[in-house]
Amino acid sequence: MLRFIFRRILLILPVLFGLTVIMFVIARVLPGDPVGLAAGPNATREEIEALAREFGLDQPILGQYWTYVSGLAQGDFGTSIFTRRPVADDLAAYLPATLELVFSALLIAIVVGIPAGLMAAIWRNRWPDYLSNILSVAAISMPRFFLGLLLQLCFAMWLMWLPLGGRFPIILEPPPGVTGFYTIDALLAGDMESFQTACRYLAMPAIAMSLSPLATILRMMRAATIEVMQQDYVTTARALGLSPRLIVFKYVLRNAISSSLTLIGLYFGWLLGGTVLVETVFDWPGVGLYATSAIVAQDFMPVVSVALVIGALFISVNIVIDLLYGVINPKVRYQ
Amino acid sequence: MASLLEIRDLHLSMHSFEGAAKVLSGVTLSVEKGQIWGLVGETGCGKSLTGLSVSRLVRTPPAEYTRGKILLNGTDVLTLDEPRMRALRGRRIGMIFQDPTTNLNPSFRISTQLIDVALAAARHDSKILGLPATAGRWARRQAARRLAIDMLTEVGIPDAATRVDDYPHQFSGGMRQRVLIAMALVGQPDLLIADEPTTALDVSVQAQILDLLKQMVTVHDMGVVLITHNLGVVAQTCTHVAVMYAGAIVEKGPIRAVLTDPAHPYTKALMQAIPRRDVARGALQGLPGAVPNLVQPPAGCRFAPRCILAQPSCSKVPAEHERAAGHLVACPVVQAAHHA
Amino acid sequence: MIERHLSNKRSARAEALRRAFYRFRQSRLSLIGAAMVATVVFFTLFGAVLAPFPEHVDGGVDTSNRFSAPSLAHPFGTNELGQDVLSLVMAGTPVSVSAGFAVVFIGSVLGVIVGALAGFNGGWIDDVLMRFSDLMLTLPSLILAMAVAAALGPGFGNMIIAIALAWWPGYARLVRGEVLQAREEVYVAAARAIGASPFRVLFRHILPNIVSPVIVKMSLDMGFAILTVAALGFIGIGVRPPTPEWGTQLSIARSYMPDFWWTAVFPGLAMFMAVFGFNLLGDGLRDVLDPRARR
Repeated sequence: MLRFIFRRILLILPVLFGLTVIMFVIARVLPGDPVGLAAGPNATREEIEALAREFGLDQPILGQYWTYVSGLAQGDFGTSIFTRRPVADDLAAYLPATLELVFSALLIAIVVGIPAGLMAAIWRNRWPDYLSNILSVAAISMPRFFLGLLLQLCFAMWLMWLPLGGRFPIILEPPPGVTGFYTIDALLAGDMESFQTACRYLAMPAIAMSLSPLATILRMMRAATIEVMQQDYVTTARALGLSPRLIVFKYVLRNAISSSLTLIGLYFGWLLGGTVLVETVFDWPGVGLYATSAIVAQDFMPVVSVALVIGALFISVNIVIDLLYGVINPKVRYQ
Repeated sequence: MASLLEIRDLHLSMHSFEGAAKVLSGVTLSVEKGQIWGLVGETGCGKSLTGLSVSRLVRTPPAEYTRGKILLNGTDVLTLDEPRMRALRGRRIGMIFQDPTTNLNPSFRISTQLIDVALAAARHDSKILGLPATAGRWARRQAARRLAIDMLTEVGIPDAATRVDDYPHQFSGGMRQRVLIAMALVGQPDLLIADEPTTALDVSVQAQILDLLKQMVTVHDMGVVLITHNLGVVAQTCTHVAVMYAGAIVEKGPIRAVLTDPAHPYTKALMQAIPRRDVARGALQGLPGAVPNLVQPPAGCRFAPRCILAQPSCSKVPAEHERAAGHLVACPVVQAAHHA
Repeated sequence: MIERHLSNKRSARAEALRRAFYRFRQSRLSLIGAAMVATVVFFTLFGAVLAPFPEHVDGGVDTSNRFSAPSLAHPFGTNELGQDVLSLVMAGTPVSVSAGFAVVFIGSVLGVIVGALAGFNGGWIDDVLMRFSDLMLTLPSLILAMAVAAALGPGFGNMIIAIALAWWPGYARLVRGEVLQAREEVYVAAARAIGASPFRVLFRHILPNIVSPVIVKMSLDMGFAILTVAALGFIGIGVRPPTPEWGTQLSIARSYMPDFWWTAVFPGLAMFMAVFGFNLLGDGLRDVLDPRARR
């Protein structure tokens, strides 16, 4: 088991290496004038050249790449040419916000999607199934940013139940940082008031993010359940007098979830990359918003680093999913 | 005293795209404790549907019971609702199916699956666990586990106390079928329905499983319906045999009577199609023709279109006549010849 | 003999088509999807022509008539420049749909080439191409598209290239898998046995047989491509006004919520309906053309 984990972790390294190469090529080969943009419209030629020298942008591309990668090995993600802050510091500040958002969205999607998919399969080809089918296609088709705007219009502007955007009131002190997740930190500190506040800020962006994975998990779960219900062992269980409730909730559920699990892993990556839009709509201070502002400024280091971190997280989550799969499916575990 | 199982004139239609297929038309069969009935016939003749009907595992619709009764200890199961039917499954009727690799849930330990069946059966009869009805959850669970281990030992799983916590894929095919037999017997059923229990197994393992079945009948005082397409299996195992063709039983009776004196042309054809050492090379005979379309079956005897003895009188539904004690044949031509 | 074989093949194909069409008609949702897509295509062709205020589509403004609420004259109201929102939404259809189609088309062509090369050749070519596709799949596609689009600068063509660059790996994986499977089929072995060149085997025998899953993926991807185009517009890295684009319209209208909600809601709804239609249709097509994927 430990060996398996170790080997999988070793396999991440070449992937990360590949990611840096691709992002570097994109950022350097494509046209664009980051130095000019960063220096501002009134900068003189000398100022621009000085800036380029300061950030090593006058070096040949291989040299620049070497500097970046050797920095990475020491946990140095480079410096933003625009904010002049180390990218690692920014990431440390923004990443927890994004992760909190993504995990909340995934949690909603799983908690609602799995039972709903199970129900759709049980009532297959009857109205709950048809309804869930239409709704899930609609959910997949809904642009997240438009859904976010509608939620804002409804719950923040008209009903005024929830805050319009942001992560925590500026005038208040966020809960003491342990995990970086405000909700969990508030619970750890036993501060129920902060917890409620954090949840109110989290609610709309998390729902807007969750809809599409929810629908996909629902459909996957439905298909998997229908397939499992047709297996011989379900007939045997029925023939030997087990109650339908026991069959569905104990025997079918476990098998169906294990086949939906891989999908959840894939969706995690999709969600991480897709926070950009929701973070923009809700002013959520995460890496998506950070990457967007960096992209607009053609500020290269943050973009490469965000892509790298998201890629690494994506792979790690899928390793975790592989391990979980082994826990649920004994056949894999013993091989 | 009512028979253990009595199927009377069972008719079953299957509604499909092409119309209603009359898949069972007048199945009559009676099984007593201690008897092992072999139900033989080719694929699609309705033998599996007959077995599933006893447990009411045929989905209605698309299926529909148009006539007949299935009496289990005198109660017609066709009139029972689902909860009362569930009380019979596992407890009164045990079932074993063909493929031991797909009939055990791969994601759960053997113990979990056996204990759940035992607990379900004990809900309807607490004596199964040897506990008073008032026993607590934990006590029942422990008793069910002990019962599971005893049952596995009985069906010949070595070292059952440790193997009980293994997963299905850790057992060989034959061992898995033993586990399934243990699972079917854990509720101490009166009737065991075994649907092709040895078809998916190696020949050497087949014989062991059949011996185990025979042994279980004497130990547990059950009646068995053994569904198979293999007359050899029947000859080796059963006390009685019923031959089915296209949804009806054409000949039935004690094994010795039927096998030494087969009367129905279909039974004869079946027996000629068995390869034996004493049959000369090239003398093995197949049966020309194909199974009839059950949406529009031939009127009268369904075997008539393939039958070498067919006569005008075959256009009426054949009545059974008793050829010898308990040996019944549904063929007017043979009947006429017998009485002549 | 050969002729009879061919005509048999043709009639079998016609029979399969008839069946497919029957199955498609059975599903009411796919029919609704087809109708919605037909509407979208109609507006793609005629939206700009039929717009009630074509001068607004071309960038004309009517400052005396800013932010008027939906009325008979302006069913979707007017925006901050007094432009008719209905006209802009109608004229936005061809922009989004053609961009979405271009993305899916370029992405699928690239993906088919890569996937076919990898699957057909195997060996190190397969290894290199597939490792590369996997890498691209690991990258967050939206951020990648944003980065490329920002570097290339605003513009319709640049935006399409940027999205398509992030789009092909999915097709490459799909096609490679299908080619690997098809390579083992008897008809391919037969074609090889009678001496067909590898090129001919690939293009005449293998690729025509993997068209269905690619078409299904294209139809399912169409909606997502339109969404991605709109997303880039919304972020502000895509086409620029006055080109009428739904995502851009939405991002501008955002600052005028909640009082002038119509400027945001109608472009958003148009986007949603177009994507919904393509997704329903794609689902139906998958059920019909790719029965293996059907559950």
